[in-house]
Amino acid sequence: MTLTELMETLPYGPAPEAAQPALDWIQAHKGRFQLFIAGRWRKPASQEWFTTFNPASGQPLAEVAQANAADVDEAVKAARKAFASWSQTKGHVRARYLYAIARQIQKHARLFAVLETLDNGKPIRETRDIDIPLVARHFYYHAGWAQLMESELAGYGPVGVVGQIIPWNFPLLMLAWKIAPALAMGNTVVLKPAEFTPLTALLFAEICQQIGLPPGVVNIITGDGKTGAALVEHPGVDKIAFTGSTEVGRLIRKATAGSGKKLSLELGGKSPFVVFEDADLDSAVEGVVDAIWFNQGQVCCAGSRLLVQEGIAEKMYAKLRARMEKLRVGDPLDKAVDIGAIIAPVQLQKIQRLVQKGVEEGARLWQPSWAVPTEGCFYPPTLFTDVAPSSTIAQEEIFGPVLAALTFRTPEEAVRLANNTRYGLAASIWSEDINLALDVATQIKAGTIWINSTNLFDAASGFGGYRESGFGREGGKEGLWEYVKKIAESKAAKAPRAKAAGDKPRAAQPGLPPIDRTAKLFIGGKQVRPDSGYSRVVYDPEGQRIGEVGLGNRKDIRNAVEAARGALEGWRKTSGHHKAQILYFLAENLSERAEEFARRIEKQTGQDGTAEVEAALEALFTAAAWADKYEGVVHNTPIRNVTLAIPEPIGVMGLLCPDDQPLLALARLAGTALAMGNTLVVVPSPIAPLTATDFYQVLETSDIPAGTFNIVTGERDELAKTLAEHDDVDALWYAGPQTGWALVEKASAGNMKRTWTLPASGPLPDTDEILRQATQIKNIWVPYGA
Amino acid sequence: MATATLPHTHPLPERNPGTPFDPGALEGALVNKSAVERRAATLPTRRTVKKEWQAAWLLHAIRTIDLTTLSGDDTPGTVRRLCAKARQPVRPELLRDLGIPHLRLTTGAVCVYHEMVPVAVEALEGSGIPVAAVSTGFPAGLNPHRLKLQEIEASVAAGASEIDIVISRRHVLTGNWKALYQEVRDFREACGPAHMKSILAVGELGTLKNVYKASMVCMQAGSDFIKTSTGKEAINATLQNSLVMVRAIRAFYEQTGYKVGFKPAGGIRSAKQALDWLILMKEELGHEWMQPHLFRIGASALLNDIERQLEHFAYGRYASMQYQPLG
Repeated sequence: MTLTELMETLPYGPAPEAAQPALDWIQAHKGRFQLFIAGRWRKPASQEWFTTFNPASGQPLAEVAQANAADVDEAVKAARKAFASWSQTKGHVRARYLYAIARQIQKHARLFAVLETLDNGKPIRETRDIDIPLVARHFYYHAGWAQLMESELAGYGPVGVVGQIIPWNFPLLMLAWKIAPALAMGNTVVLKPAEFTPLTALLFAEICQQIGLPPGVVNIITGDGKTGAALVEHPGVDKIAFTGSTEVGRLIRKATAGSGKKLSLELGGKSPFVVFEDADLDSAVEGVVDAIWFNQGQVCCAGSRLLVQEGIAEKMYAKLRARMEKLRVGDPLDKAVDIGAIIAPVQLQKIQRLVQKGVEEGARLWQPSWAVPTEGCFYPPTLFTDVAPSSTIAQEEIFGPVLAALTFRTPEEAVRLANNTRYGLAASIWSEDINLALDVATQIKAGTIWINSTNLFDAASGFGGYRESGFGREGGKEGLWEYVKKIAESKAAKAPRAKAAGDKPRAAQPGLPPIDRTAKLFIGGKQVRPDSGYSRVVYDPEGQRIGEVGLGNRKDIRNAVEAARGALEGWRKTSGHHKAQILYFLAENLSERAEEFARRIEKQTGQDGTAEVEAALEALFTAAAWADKYEGVVHNTPIRNVTLAIPEPIGVMGLLCPDDQPLLALARLAGTALAMGNTLVVVPSPIAPLTATDFYQVLETSDIPAGTFNIVTGERDELAKTLAEHDDVDALWYAGPQTGWALVEKASAGNMKRTWTLPASGPLPDTDEILRQATQIKNIWVPYGA
Repeated sequence: MATATLPHTHPLPERNPGTPFDPGALEGALVNKSAVERRAATLPTRRTVKKEWQAAWLLHAIRTIDLTTLSGDDTPGTVRRLCAKARQPVRPELLRDLGIPHLRLTTGAVCVYHEMVPVAVEALEGSGIPVAAVSTGFPAGLNPHRLKLQEIEASVAAGASEIDIVISRRHVLTGNWKALYQEVRDFREACGPAHMKSILAVGELGTLKNVYKASMVCMQAGSDFIKTSTGKEAINATLQNSLVMVRAIRAFYEQTGYKVGFKPAGGIRSAKQALDWLILMKEELGHEWMQPHLFRIGASALLNDIERQLEHFAYGRYASMQYQPLG
């Protein structure tokens, strides 16, 4: 076209970012990349290589080593060896390394951005303006935590060797989210980038070499799912951190069950984008663009469910369609392209299949009038309206540029629809009314809430999910806990142990017969008989029969969970002050009966009952004290906003009590969980269940709302399994033998509930740990501006 | 207002006659500042034009410039110089080397104070370039209302075919929308056949919500254009306040079917900025709103920077200001 013709039509024209520097880098490696282990490049033991492609052209970019189990083993060994000195390296020194990484990333920012776009297919605008700057920010931020660890995380040390498996949608950013906190806290890592997008991780390995990071602190092994599985199963790994699909997360949960490996999972989502009638609609439309057409919609926290207030729905859709016409899909290296290439043909087919399903299920499909490139892997932005909540596209994660729109009438209904999902990663709320927005923000079950904004990320703010979106946080101080463990104290070994009854019950001693007492289950605020109609005998340490408790079964657990679920909303909303009053009152009523409880404890466990009752009273006071003091923080994120990090209760919790210290365990574990707003199904210690059944009489007199605290006695592992499998239980604390850890962790994979496994006996965890286990952090971003 | 040299793909739209005062339209003024800032900040990072596309856009940008001089020391001599520049904004040999020697290119208008209108009209005779006069007690707008109307009438009588009025900011700041409507309505009547651009002085309106509401009221009162600033306030045209005004224009069009033009003014000095505003118009309102009958940039120094960029495109080397003829 001539200049005069161009003047008439004013099109954008091509604006390509040069690919050559990145291609030159690949060429400098002769197009083939080895494994980065112990600071050196080495050939894979498998002698196998795979190809990584440019999804925008379908052309191969490079050959990459396929690591097998032997390579994983080498990498883990290298990390273990490096851990010995890295974990002892001063925080300030680690801070210098992390700072150097951040600097190097900034210095090579454009090379990283172009390489990422080539390998992943996302627009250069995003890699250049979002991914890579956030990567640098993450390393800077965590350099600071390395510096401060000694003072701010006193008493905690690194976990050890961490296996990290990351996805293809934000290759380098996810690497940063994994490696920065791990290194800051003194861990060493073996990281496996996604098979589709290994290249920036390999460039990152070069940076580690350049800055002189000690060999073995960071190991990068490339490969497919088999490599990841080998890493997950490797016994030398102390922790697995995974970001990816819920499906694979579930496999990892099962594979690590009972291994004692620490685990954090950041999984899928179907995040709601809620638009109220008093929202700035034009801005909300731009929000949608950033929510679902960012990174081709291949974002775990993509706002893929648009919930619009019915009265403005048509207006919103019209604006959206007009905006969609303006989106530009094409060569991701073009600086004026909004939507790049889908990662791979297999993902494109999945999107096409789900869109087809949406059409079949009766939703109304709309796509812009223009066509997407036929070469390469592209899909147009897509809007579905008239979507029923029950339809596949409203429930399943599509991981593509497809938006499903539903309407609601009231804030209450918006919350109900927003929470009508198995996931809980993020949510966006649009309203100019701060009362409304914050009210809804507190009710949506998701780890991150953006008010009048979307897809805001920062190293200072924790990111992670509720429900099947996983557990653990990345970013903020809350993210550091995933990479530390309490430094064991030597006195731990000397804790008292309850004695289990001997094999042979002894005959009862002669004397005046006691009045028979019937211990029942305590469900929904009522004493109830066990469904089974059976009882279980309780013996003292000498084998003397001291009573019976009901033999609870599946149905009792079902009833107890139902009661706990019913009580949850009310208890959650009860003020901290009021919860504290109830817990103090509980302590008051318990102290009235201190003698009786002490004797009962001694009878069951042979331990010092008087001391334990005293400790339990103190624990209840501690729990009560925290009820109105376990506060969130306002994160220092670099935009004009307040980012509120609020600890919220996890929900309905199962608690299987340890053998030791039956009353103290109840007071400390259950008391703290209660103080944080959870409702409980407690399975008492098999050795000393009568303490728990006595305890319900105290509960009954202490204003504990019905259903908040339920007690089911019975066989520990049988009930544990039922609780672990129960989809309406949100978290499970299990104290018991290691075989039981495996059982509950495996069974918990159904709804990805958070589990916490503890030894059957020995000292109880400290309150700070219990508080963290009893809560999940929700980050609410509230931008402001007059 | 368009000149004969400006080709149009669309027939010129009907002038906005205005509507009755409608306070209901102001209730929809829901402007989220943070979100507006984010959109404004990413507009120039999401879109760019390069090479011959950029050259075409810059040549087009020239057609949208209201070449302006509003200084206390303006004389007939400086105004005549400016008019000469408006007639021939790019050196003929540069046009030749760009391969468009026969392109008839002028700026969108020349914008001056009332006293300079006759000089400009004379200097531009036969060029088809309209003369715009700032009016109504520009820039503060605190003259007696009666005198403001007379000022408009005098400028129109002197040959100005575009009148850039300033609104009374106090009406906005006190929420007296009815008074603002009446004021602008009166101005419009005084303009007669001359097109009216309403200057909001956004830098003095306090909030983006006020910018949106003032935009709406000025359009209801019959403005042909809404314009950001006089160039004399501390804050003049920004992409944020422009985005809010442009969205108001879109809403008004959706409500009434009338197309109102947009004129950012003050602080737009670089070719890159001109492209940013053109991108804003293309993205938010579409192609027609990039045309001079619906889009003007109020500027004085911008033209020289555009010339330098065109020269760079033509010759592949960076240019010097000394080669660009003064206005």
